[in-house]
Amino acid sequence: MSIALAHAPVLAPPPALPPVALRLEGVSRRHGVGADAVVALDTLSLSVRAGEFVCVVGASGCGKSTMLNLVAGLDTPTAGQVHVAGGRPALMFQESALFPWLTVEENVAFPLEMQGVARGERRRRVAELLAMVHLESFARRRPHELSGGMKQRVALARALAQRANLLLMDEPFAALDAMMRDHLHCELESLWQQTGLTVVFVTHNVREAVRLGDRVLLLSSRPGRLVAEYAIDIPRPRRIESPEVARSAREITDRLHEAVRDA
Amino acid sequence: MPETAAPRLHALAGDLDHVAARRAGAVPGDSLGVAGAGSERRAGAVPEDSRRGRAAAVPEDSLEVVAAGPERARGARVWAALWPKLAAVGLALALWELVVLSGWRPDYVLPGPAAVLGRLFADTMSGEVLVAAAITMKRALLGYAIALVVGVAIGLLMARVRVLRTAAGSLLTGLQTMPSVAWFPLAILLFQLSEAAILAVVVLGAAPSIANGLLHSFDQVPPLLVRAGRVLGARGLGLYRHIILPAALPGFLTGLKQGWAFAWRSLMAGELLVIIGHAPSIGVRLQFSRELSDAEGLLAWMIVVMILGVLVDGLVFGALERAVHRRRGLTGVHA
Repeated sequence: MSIALAHAPVLAPPPALPPVALRLEGVSRRHGVGADAVVALDTLSLSVRAGEFVCVVGASGCGKSTMLNLVAGLDTPTAGQVHVAGGRPALMFQESALFPWLTVEENVAFPLEMQGVARGERRRRVAELLAMVHLESFARRRPHELSGGMKQRVALARALAQRANLLLMDEPFAALDAMMRDHLHCELESLWQQTGLTVVFVTHNVREAVRLGDRVLLLSSRPGRLVAEYAIDIPRPRRIESPEVARSAREITDRLHEAVRDA
Repeated sequence: MPETAAPRLHALAGDLDHVAARRAGAVPGDSLGVAGAGSERRAGAVPEDSRRGRAAAVPEDSLEVVAAGPERARGARVWAALWPKLAAVGLALALWELVVLSGWRPDYVLPGPAAVLGRLFADTMSGEVLVAAAITMKRALLGYAIALVVGVAIGLLMARVRVLRTAAGSLLTGLQTMPSVAWFPLAILLFQLSEAAILAVVVLGAAPSIANGLLHSFDQVPPLLVRAGRVLGARGLGLYRHIILPAALPGFLTGLKQGWAFAWRSLMAGELLVIIGHAPSIGVRLQFSRELSDAEGLLAWMIVVMILGVLVDGLVFGALERAVHRRRGLTGVHA
């Protein structure tokens, strides 16, 4: 695995800027060999500062999920390097991936148990996390008793339980209806502001990206390359139906269509 | 988000969940709404809907009420599960009696249910049934326990070592489909007419099913759960202990149940073929009944075999499966 922890701060950025939480340097990932090989990611370089909320958008097949797998350490790049500061990142999927044999609180406690956190401390932190996602009263329920939105909130609490500095999200709200998604955007935004997490949020929904991100990165398809980058300085809290969000989203969508045509 | 907005959003969250939970429980109700409000009650969508709605909306306060409900309903539930079974038994006995009354065979060859059940009762009261059942069940449990250890060991090994699976996978399936009675001539040659011969065949009958069940249940573990487990910090053996084994449990239970069915059949065949005189097992009693032309006794012992099979299947494996399925919301099959 080529994930290296942050170097000693010899070349540290000026103190005014927060340190880099994630850096990809010329990262490529090919699947398969020879003529059948598919280049999922092509010399992708990017960096994310600590505390930043970065959204990655692109058409399907742009290697968004491949990128997250590489950052999460579930896959290794064929070329280039992935630097993650401060230990293993947390990852949330499009499906909640809750363990059906465990209750809600046991699911949230799972990463703590893996880290060897003592039982009392575990219980305290699980209660705290469930309160954060407003699911205290569902602690003893099992995943199949919850709605899709509630499951994703439990998954979010479980991801936060890892106390990772970096939270990776792979289209986490894509399977939810618009109202629930809108609500979870608010919850995620407020949690991010409270905790100072760094978030890398992958989506194919440009509006969602503009609604949430400090920065939106646009990837092209096959091979996945970084084609454009947008700083979103619309003041928070934002609303997904606001004209500013719509305007930025239109601009990015046009560029996205170009990228798809060129591919 | 400004702080003043937080409580309002919180309240909204509750409402949304309520709506979502209700919708999840009431899909049929929704589609019926088009047909007309009057049809909703008839369709039976309402109890499901209200149960989920209540669970989602007022979880803490309603718990006691919910707990009191099932207590009262338990008698009704047991009866609802029981009467079709009793009716089926009654029907079978009636058909049997009809065949006997038709005079197809004389009643010293095919006695009626009354005579056989009377005999069963007498043999039970004299303790003979208990002695025979104890001998047979002891063999069954011992054989099954060995098969469980052997089967799980083989299954784990083949799941971990790919080459082994490629090499021996079809052999395992071959063993599983082979009628275990076919092993008896060899087992008798190797172990003579002994307990060991019976046990060997019981193990050979059950272990491949258990191993195969474990192997297939591993194949069916959703890869997403394994990924999630790895991201959350489960590695190596921990991944097996915390993710793969629990995720595979429902499939593994099916293998265990099938293994039991094979063990029980092998055991019955074994007790009929390998007669050990000083151990009056169920098989020995069956065989002696036939040799003495004691048709009543023979049928009574057959009923013992059937009852034992049903009891183990229902009380042990059925209960295990129901518990696992209920916990995971896989109630479709057993509802």
